[in-house]
Amino acid sequence: MGVEPGRVHFSWISSAESTKFVEVVKQVTEAVRQLGPNENFVKKELKVA
Amino acid sequence: MGAYTDKIREIAGRLLKDCQVEMVIGFRKGSMPMMNEPCFVTRADAVDQLVWDGSCGINLANYLTGRTEARIGVVAKGCDSRNIVTHIIENKIKREQLTIIGVPCTGMIDKRRLKNLAPGEVLAVEEDGERVVVRGDGFETVHQRREVLQANCAVCHHRNPVIHDELVGDPVSEQTEVDRYADVRAIEGLSAKEKWDYFEALLAPCLRCYACRNACPLCYCPTCFVDEAMPQWVGKSQNPVDVRTFHFLRAYHCAGRCTDCGSCERACPVGINMRLFTKKLEKDAYEMWGWEAGLSLEQRPPLDTYRPEDPEPFIK
Repeated sequence: MGVEPGRVHFSWISSAESTKFVEVVKQVTEAVRQLGPNENFVKKELKVA
Repeated sequence: MGAYTDKIREIAGRLLKDCQVEMVIGFRKGSMPMMNEPCFVTRADAVDQLVWDGSCGINLANYLTGRTEARIGVVAKGCDSRNIVTHIIENKIKREQLTIIGVPCTGMIDKRRLKNLAPGEVLAVEEDGERVVVRGDGFETVHQRREVLQANCAVCHHRNPVIHDELVGDPVSEQTEVDRYADVRAIEGLSAKEKWDYFEALLAPCLRCYACRNACPLCYCPTCFVDEAMPQWVGKSQNPVDVRTFHFLRAYHCAGRCTDCGSCERACPVGINMRLFTKKLEKDAYEMWGWEAGLSLEQRPPLDTYRPEDPEPFIK
């Protein structure tokens, strides 16, 4: 629908895999930070003539 | 097509006279050309209002949701029958309640296209085999039927009803040569930015009248997510973000269930092709799980079954 592929992440992490959780969170944060803020879903005021 | 009408009336009359059904759901002529409307016939002497032609595009499975009558006759073309199967699987109606009058379908006429092609207001449309004759004030034009079909009918793979108790004519040949997903693939090839802009333009005319939802046989939730206020899932404004959220969420609710019957697009007053969304999900269901909705009463849909071989390359 036009959301950049790097903005959505899926991962299986067991509740016992705390180190994997930390790793994935770091990767996700880094990947999303590189894409910058997502302006698409910000509601802008409609332009009125 | 006229022969279908006679046969539908004959079958409906017989079912009602013998008290095999309490009512028959079919189509009658609307007050405008190409706008046939659903009708509920409860008496054998009233079956003459039933008709069949290329303007019966509404999906009659939509009128079966939660019905309590013990016996109902329903007229069903290919896509209607697939939605009836989906309804039965989803416990919205029982197979024992239904007498399905199957109609082998050669596609429905795109009313919007005919209106655009006509030089003036269309006052009457007649079908004669492969010919479609359009009449209006001071003009008469003839089209080839296959050139004015609804977009979903032009690429339909299941024209014959998948379940039926009666059949109004011999099965028609299925179109096996058509490329069903050319339009979806074209969009898949766009970049994220291009996709965003494409859908922004596509949805710009949307009024949020919810005609697409109301015409859809899959949209039977007692309270739709867009109508809910506690919690409010989606804003009620005309803001593009809200419009987009509505269309995409509605499409996702139809994943693995949509039969591409085209009712949503047909019902839209401004002609938005929202089938592009549902069709993408239909394509995914077909490619990932080999699933086409509404073909079998025995098989469970892919989204309520787990198989170890389900594709999961997107999970890291």
